[in-house]
Amino acid sequence: MKFRIDRDTLADAVAWTARSLPTRPSVPVLAGLLIETTSDGLRLSGFDYETSARATVEAEIADEGRALVSGRLLADICKSLPAKPVDVSLDGVKVSLVCGSARFSLQTMPVEDYPQLPEMPTATGSVKSDVFATAVSQAVAAAGRDDMLPLLTGVRLEMEGSTISLMATDRFRASLRDVPWYPEQPDLSAHALVPARVLADTAKSLLSGADVTIAISSADQGEGLIGFEGVAGGGVRRTTTRLLEGEFPRVRQLFQTQSQTVAYVVTASLIESVRRVALVAERNTPVRLTFAEGQLLLEAGSGDEAQASEAIEATIEGEDISIGFNPHYLLEGLNVMSDPVVQLAFTQHTRPAALAGVAEVGADPDLAFRYLIMPVRLQN
Amino acid sequence: MFVSVEGTILHADLDAFYASVEQRDNPRLRGRPVIVGSGVVLASSYEARACGVRTAMNGRQAYRLCPQAIVVPPRMTAYVAASRAVFEVFAQTTPVVEGLSIDEAFLDVGGLRRLRGAPSGIARDLRRDVLDQVGLPISVGVARTKFLAKVASGVAKPDGILVVPTDAELEFLHPLPVERLWGVGTVTSATLRAARIRTVGDLAARGEKGLVSLLGPGVGRHLHDLAHNHDARRVQVGRRRGSVGAQHSLGRTQPSPAELDAVLLALVDRVCRRLRAGGRTSRTVTIRLRFGDFARATRSHTLPVPTARTQVVLDTARELLRAARPSIERRGVTLLGVAVGGLDDGPEQLALPFDGTTGAELDTAVDAVQDRFGTPALSRAVQLGRDHGPAAPLLPD
Repeated sequence: MKFRIDRDTLADAVAWTARSLPTRPSVPVLAGLLIETTSDGLRLSGFDYETSARATVEAEIADEGRALVSGRLLADICKSLPAKPVDVSLDGVKVSLVCGSARFSLQTMPVEDYPQLPEMPTATGSVKSDVFATAVSQAVAAAGRDDMLPLLTGVRLEMEGSTISLMATDRFRASLRDVPWYPEQPDLSAHALVPARVLADTAKSLLSGADVTIAISSADQGEGLIGFEGVAGGGVRRTTTRLLEGEFPRVRQLFQTQSQTVAYVVTASLIESVRRVALVAERNTPVRLTFAEGQLLLEAGSGDEAQASEAIEATIEGEDISIGFNPHYLLEGLNVMSDPVVQLAFTQHTRPAALAGVAEVGADPDLAFRYLIMPVRLQN
Repeated sequence: MFVSVEGTILHADLDAFYASVEQRDNPRLRGRPVIVGSGVVLASSYEARACGVRTAMNGRQAYRLCPQAIVVPPRMTAYVAASRAVFEVFAQTTPVVEGLSIDEAFLDVGGLRRLRGAPSGIARDLRRDVLDQVGLPISVGVARTKFLAKVASGVAKPDGILVVPTDAELEFLHPLPVERLWGVGTVTSATLRAARIRTVGDLAARGEKGLVSLLGPGVGRHLHDLAHNHDARRVQVGRRRGSVGAQHSLGRTQPSPAELDAVLLALVDRVCRRLRAGGRTSRTVTIRLRFGDFARATRSHTLPVPTARTQVVLDTARELLRAARPSIERRGVTLLGVAVGGLDDGPEQLALPFDGTTGAELDTAVDAVQDRFGTPALSRAVQLGRDHGPAAPLLPD
């Protein structure tokens, strides 16, 4: 194995592949990054039995072959290399890496022990990469982070014809995002539960190409697997990850409720005020939002401790309401709203509140992204 | 000028509580060795203890040590009623009562000198009142610190009183064996004995540095402070419990995963009901295991949001148990426990109503039925025909 490659191309591809390597691998070879040279170019792979990452980039291949080296170390080295062409070759049991006058010699691990990466399933459809990245960042805002409830750490993808819906919930809030896409078959109907962390990472890393190809193989064809492929860093990047199993809560029906109060607030001012007032909200204590008389009053803290309050302008339709929220849940939803004004819809102070972006006060909400939060029961 | 040489903290501890209640209610048992609980010894009278019977001992072993003992089944409701009556007497004595468990409490009588006299007098009155009004023997230690009062009541047992004068604290403390100290169990005791530390005096002579290097910083400093009677904690009224737990001993035959799950369900149901009865929420779920070789282990998980919902605690406990399954299969399991900790009184984060319910409605309905008609009135179908034994009574929250 021997090749020459541009420094930035190598550093990018190595960093991207190494990112998904396990920090505490169950078997030592999984800490490795597989380097392969073929007639197509240079191929870098990482795998932890759950998620696989493969980057294919152009390189001047002198000799075909493969080698397995520590991914972490290779990533650190590539990051620090000078801006010169890099020569990599396998010499016996060591990989030598030369860049300008810097030389490294790396220990290799046994290639034959490295597991086979899963095949990318057949393409199911494709989506614009920028739209997909935004949609994913919005959907994952409500995903659970508690590994004890693996089901809720996933984002559910529902493909129906030319729309993919992404939804997530951690039991306390829920998100629903609809995205147009181009399915291979127009009458496609499929669903998949994808680990939120992998999805968010992948969507972000495939932003530089125009499209992302999505490929799903459902559980009835062996193990459920989803693959994403896109163009980035002068090559093709592909991630596959194992699907989560289980019956995902029926999130969609939660969004179809009537409201007693609808309020419009400028998104940026609401974010700033919540952030300020929440400074005095101790762990697990809410920020209280009172909508009345054309303004929104935000309050936090208790009589024994520090207190804060602030009033901002709001347009209110319907009954006045006072409702408490975990400020982090509120901020995580508001931070991914792309519209200048946010519409908040309430029924009661113990029922979920629905957030959606609007172009201006009074306009119909942009229902492509909706975020639902369950309140904290206020003590009077 | 009159200078008090008596401390103002009382540690009152009922003697062989469950067994004493049995002897009180059944004259035939008086003066005879009594064991409460057949499978595992829940309590034993002093007559039985004289033969070597100890709490938590296997029933067969206890019977071998003391064949003449009378074994009675536990009557938890009677113990709860007796405990309430005793705490009533505590409350008549002083407003500053910190309950430690169902059968012991700290009382601060510092403000009562002009009303009720010296602490030792109050302690004697307390013992007499508990005997007259509830019919149970209680031992009381009187000292300047909580720790010393507890040691004193232990030395005073059974049915005794011990006052440690403030000018003779170390003279009292130093000749005692190290096992009398809070936090010295079998392991620490063995370490200390190996280092030829037998009495509290030996411990005090070692100095803080020596103890830290022997036992580690936490335990070392703690024991150093105790050996010098440094204990600044005050008697706290209304201190709320930091955790709620329940456990169940398992028989000799290995339970199937389904049986183990049924036990877990019963424990979670019991613990969560108690959690809600106190109006609390919990952040940490812990399962306790005792393996076939009697080694113990705990597994715990901290939730992102505190909860009082049975289903949430159950999901977490099941996941913890599932993770421990390989060890259970290899080593066998003889005890399973569930505890919820990190208790909080803060406002409750509500959960989304998936399928029209948040789980709160179900919990509330089950609690209401059980409060009105008793716990057995409503149970899970999987528990029909199973008996997970009586629930150990606890200090009222």
